[in-house]
Amino acid sequence: MAIFQVPNINIIGISACVPEDVYSNYDYDWIGEKERETLIKTIGVEKKRHAKKGTTTSDLCFEAANELIEDLNWSRSEIDLLIFVSQSRDYIIPATAGLLQERLSLSKSCIAFDVSLGCSGYVYGLSVIGSMMSTGQIKKGLLLTGDISTLNTSYRDKSAFPLFGDAGTATAIELQDDANAMKFNLQTDGSGYDAIIIPDGGIRNFAEKETSFEYHKISDGIFRNGFNISLDGIKVFNFSLREVKPNVLKLLKESNIEIDNIDYFVFHQANKLMNDTIRKQLKIDADKVPSSLKDYGNTSSASIPLTIVTQLGKEVESKELTFLLSGFGVGLSWGSVVLQVNSIVCPPLLILKN
Amino acid sequence: MNIKDFISKIEEEFEDLQPNSLVPSDVLKEKFTWDSINALIFLAHVNVEYDVEITAEELIKSSTVQDLYDLVESKVQKKA
Repeated sequence: MAIFQVPNINIIGISACVPEDVYSNYDYDWIGEKERETLIKTIGVEKKRHAKKGTTTSDLCFEAANELIEDLNWSRSEIDLLIFVSQSRDYIIPATAGLLQERLSLSKSCIAFDVSLGCSGYVYGLSVIGSMMSTGQIKKGLLLTGDISTLNTSYRDKSAFPLFGDAGTATAIELQDDANAMKFNLQTDGSGYDAIIIPDGGIRNFAEKETSFEYHKISDGIFRNGFNISLDGIKVFNFSLREVKPNVLKLLKESNIEIDNIDYFVFHQANKLMNDTIRKQLKIDADKVPSSLKDYGNTSSASIPLTIVTQLGKEVESKELTFLLSGFGVGLSWGSVVLQVNSIVCPPLLILKN
Repeated sequence: MNIKDFISKIEEEFEDLQPNSLVPSDVLKEKFTWDSINALIFLAHVNVEYDVEITAEELIKSSTVQDLYDLVESKVQKKA
């Protein structure tokens, strides 16, 4: 599909919450010291947050949303739409959005549902909530995104364990007649569905005592069971280097925007090597491309709003800024959006105490 | 492209390698840690430098510096 526009919608607040426990990759003793040093330097992740077992993505999103509603002075009864974008839901059924509607004391007239996407989830989520609201009936909506990825990552998998951190975010959206249109370019290639996958526990490979729980050696330094995230590093890498640049350039061209007119490019935080390479492909100055990888790792659909909160929090509160946001990965699914934010509410990063 | 430039750029890219340390006949595994991380660094390097994509299978088949050069060079030719 061509570029599409969503008019009359503004982001008016963004918040993020991470669990209290900090994991340092310098303590990752599954691999030797030299390999660890190279790995940390290449992926750019020194520390990340690990949720305690039993803490859910919705717990993190609840804290983020609750703070944002208070800071915005929103009346909870006026929030008519809640979308939860995540691949780590509370239960297999029901959807998590309903639990959040109840916990946030939103009204029963609130529309609430889940969207199952990861790395591309924030951009996709904005397109879904924006499209529903731009029809003019829904005035206030919440987009909640994030994942707990550390729980189902094998410690004995050097290709995945050091990468991921946990985070949940909330974005407040309002219908405003004078808003600049958000412009989207969204894409999919399902042929790469197994490049990032948790193979067991769904309906295709239902959990089996004999097969799902057993750990298998995949290659040197990589042992996983059926519930662990499996990453095909080279496949994901080649996909990202092939697809992100043309997606971004097409969006800019068809929106009549030059790279110089964008104040910040906020990319999904995949890993440092991948993000640096994409930045070099697009010839963007490093100071226009903020990163939260060093302290928080790859936080899936939370990575874009988490990067805004932790790296640009002060600026978004006081300035009018043009952003290009771009997410890419699991699915394979990818997409970019150009949008404006003007002096939004952005509380400092929240920490969920154990 | 020529193999001399190709080699000097690889020597710049990898910290383990000294300038003028590689020759075309060198076996990669013997000269430095040719593991999955360094393979990704190499993929990123040739993507930015030569705008070509290399698969895991193609990388596994390359054992010498010359093999790598031939692989990248053939991809550059195909694009032209």
